[in-house]
Amino acid sequence: MKILVPIKRVSDPDNANKVKITPDGKGVSTEGLSWDVNPFDIYAVETAIRLTENAPKKERLGEVVVMTVGPKETTIQLRRCLAMGAERAIQVESKDEELDSWVVARTIAKVYEEEKPDLVLLGKQEVDGESNQTGQILAHMLGLPQAAFVATMKTGPDADWIELTREVDGGISRSKVKLPAVITVDLRIIGAHAVQNGVTPDDHEYPSENVRYTPLPMINKAKKKPLDEKSMTDLGVDTETRVEYLGFTPPAERQAGIKVETVEELMDKLKNEARVL
Amino acid sequence: MSKTLVIGEMFEGAVRNPTLSAVTFALKLKEIDGAAFDVLLPGSGAADEAGSIKGCGAEKILTAQGDDLETYTAEAYAPLVAEVVGDGGYDRVVCCASAYGKDLMPRAAAILEAGMASDVVDVEKDGDTLVYVRPMYAGNVLARMAVKSDVHVVTVRQSEWGVAETSGAGDAAIESVDAADPEDARGGVEITGFDKLESERPPLTEASIVVSGGRGLKSAENFKMLEELADLLGGAVGATRAVVDAGFVPNDLQVGQTGKIVAPDLYFAIGLSGAIQHIAGMKSSKVIVAVNKDEEAPIFSVADYGMVADLFTVLPEIIESVKKLKTA
Repeated sequence: MKILVPIKRVSDPDNANKVKITPDGKGVSTEGLSWDVNPFDIYAVETAIRLTENAPKKERLGEVVVMTVGPKETTIQLRRCLAMGAERAIQVESKDEELDSWVVARTIAKVYEEEKPDLVLLGKQEVDGESNQTGQILAHMLGLPQAAFVATMKTGPDADWIELTREVDGGISRSKVKLPAVITVDLRIIGAHAVQNGVTPDDHEYPSENVRYTPLPMINKAKKKPLDEKSMTDLGVDTETRVEYLGFTPPAERQAGIKVETVEELMDKLKNEARVL
Repeated sequence: MSKTLVIGEMFEGAVRNPTLSAVTFALKLKEIDGAAFDVLLPGSGAADEAGSIKGCGAEKILTAQGDDLETYTAEAYAPLVAEVVGDGGYDRVVCCASAYGKDLMPRAAAILEAGMASDVVDVEKDGDTLVYVRPMYAGNVLARMAVKSDVHVVTVRQSEWGVAETSGAGDAAIESVDAADPEDARGGVEITGFDKLESERPPLTEASIVVSGGRGLKSAENFKMLEELADLLGGAVGATRAVVDAGFVPNDLQVGQTGKIVAPDLYFAIGLSGAIQHIAGMKSSKVIVAVNKDEEAPIFSVADYGMVADLFTVLPEIIESVKKLKTA
């Protein structure tokens, strides 16, 4: 199986409270923050690797191609994915502020046409812009079925279907999606048994709650893996955006309240002061 | 003149409340932009239920049913939305940012070649431009954005748009529309089942009281205490991402930037430190109570009432007090 995983770099997801609005209110400054792969996208990379390996034998069975659209420095994030085990990377150069979900989806579509993967795997949303659109727009552009917010996946070595579950409002939806398809992943996908590929034994326990650790030899090996750099012009991408950001403002601050010492005091406040009980 | 189409959401043959949050947004557009609106109800039970929202302020309730719409798939619903928008000359299309809206609307926007504003919390008119306000960076920034295409596709954050009042008494016309041909990709999706979450509790995004727990609870077993408190109060149970990751509770209960966004009248934050991603999902709550052993926990910076204490001592006491209150 060949899987294309588009990733996005985001400014340090654990320090989102340190982003600053520029003095003119027209931009968001991420100065001083480090960059990392969007957490849901790194889950997509982990999922793609799990789908294409025999885990106990540490054998690769397929090909994972990671790609990103952004400034040249995003090669750093692509190298991290290569160190995790992806085979190749493609960097398409662009300025962050010239992108929207449409431009990104069109770029991925062009790469899809060149690469012809069996599956496109993405994170369900980015933790900076939080739009949650790219995968679904891409699926329609490519005329492919979509499965968004996927929690578990099950397939076989030569299967042309993936059985999956999605945790949606009110319960768990079960479905089968024919390949090629576009799938976006949710938190649960990195659970110990969430991804089953029919080769790695179903009872194989992946370290839960996290993506794989990349030891130094893997990082060194990743430096030699192929990383293609392309431009939007090479690919012939239409770069017209469909939305425009006009400005940014800080949200209203919430003030800390008081400390209470006893449950009795708490209940009294809730009943007689806040009047919510 | 602009015209809005609200995309409704059906579940088990009834109109789900997110539909009426999207209606609240449409009413705001009507107020600031003079745009009349209709509601599209797709799926099983639509024709039977359309009457129940006749009084929501819409001119028409459009219903669509058919074999391909029986169970929701984006590949069948998105073409329907696009066709109704085209035929009816709508230029604003809105749905709640529920799991359904988040899945469906970008695909519909793709067919309509429209720009989309996700998870909108406010809308303003600036000259001729509609300005959509939406949170970014875990709620640390509010972005003001415009959509450049003629048709605007919008999803709205449920917690910021109350349930519109409605009734079966109203003069909206009810019309049925034909299901559009699904995309070819529809053949690539087979829905094989739905495991309904059996719960007497209100949905997290609609509950007036939410009792949430974090790692401090230590085990799935201990979460039962939160459930007991929630049940006594007629509230819902929520959780942090750490607890979901640890498998104590389903993903469906995650409150935060990438989970559910809630704004109940009363929010209990028990044994959770208050990571910014969690706070992004609950800071619009009217009253916040925090119980945590660590007095430095960031949750106290947003709590109205904070208690520095061991939750295993305090929680049973709170449960007992609520029991007394309810029987008093």
